[in-house]
Amino acid sequence: MKSLEELKALRDKLQSDMALREDGEDKIKILVGMATCGIAAGARPVLTEFVDEIAKRGLRNVQVGQTGCIGICQYEPVVEVFVPGLEKVTYVKMTPDKVAKVVSGHIVGGAIVQEYTIGSETA
Amino acid sequence: MRELSLNILDIAENSVKAGAKLVRVTVEAVPAEDSLVLTVCDDGSGMDAEMAARAADPFSTTRTTRKVGLGLPYLKMNAGMTGGSMEIESEAGKGTKVTATFVLGHIDRVPLGDMGQTMALLAGANPEMDFVYELCVRGAEDEDFILDTRDIKRILDGVPVSEPDVMTYIASYVNENTRGLLEKYKI
Repeated sequence: MKSLEELKALRDKLQSDMALREDGEDKIKILVGMATCGIAAGARPVLTEFVDEIAKRGLRNVQVGQTGCIGICQYEPVVEVFVPGLEKVTYVKMTPDKVAKVVSGHIVGGAIVQEYTIGSETA
Repeated sequence: MRELSLNILDIAENSVKAGAKLVRVTVEAVPAEDSLVLTVCDDGSGMDAEMAARAADPFSTTRTTRKVGLGLPYLKMNAGMTGGSMEIESEAGKGTKVTATFVLGHIDRVPLGDMGQTMALLAGANPEMDFVYELCVRGAEDEDFILDTRDIKRILDGVPVSEPDVMTYIASYVNENTRGLLEKYKI
């Protein structure tokens, strides 16, 4: 059973990590569309998978969040990646299976996973 | 939607947009009466009587990308499929309370599902807000579980609740501590 004691241990670990880290506006942002359309299409497990993957890899310069409907409901779940200084990349029809590749390829490696982007979709 | 926890995630978004500071989600099962009652209560901007009356109509929405809004209609449908109902009480400037009543053992009653993921995402994506989730089973002896992000934040002592490790913790804290109740009472 998870206890609040475990949260205290986690806090102590994160506090020492944060002391080492420089915080700033240079974070990579991953936003998952979580309006009704996104949720119905399976956005929640996608967001959870991003959170778990980022936590597992201990990536400290990445922020995962949610956004509303951007009007392309037929492509949900939609994920937008903002790397500071670069153009936004929009991944569509995401699934939890595709998350590891986006994190390792794009977030860590800096190479956009073209096959999952909206540009490679033929509507 | 295949889990009530997805409906909850969805309609809690209305509370976020309403500028709520505290959102309280309560799931109360009374096995002896075969009932399951879900309430989502916020202290946001609320609605006037006219908007509240139209809120469950799919052709009324606050969104700007199109003219349909399906959040509350989906929840109402899920409750209705079991012979239950949904009610919205709201007051402009005070907040909104949505109550959905289900027949617990009805074959069409959608399972509660992964409340851990729902609470972790709500808390992590809206760190300036607070969320309370209470699951209780009423019977000869009441059994319950409560998550209050104010308690979590007190322990975190400045570590952001949006940290991926913290969100993962919240999800498993909720799920591990409620799994027994959910299985025992088939919630």
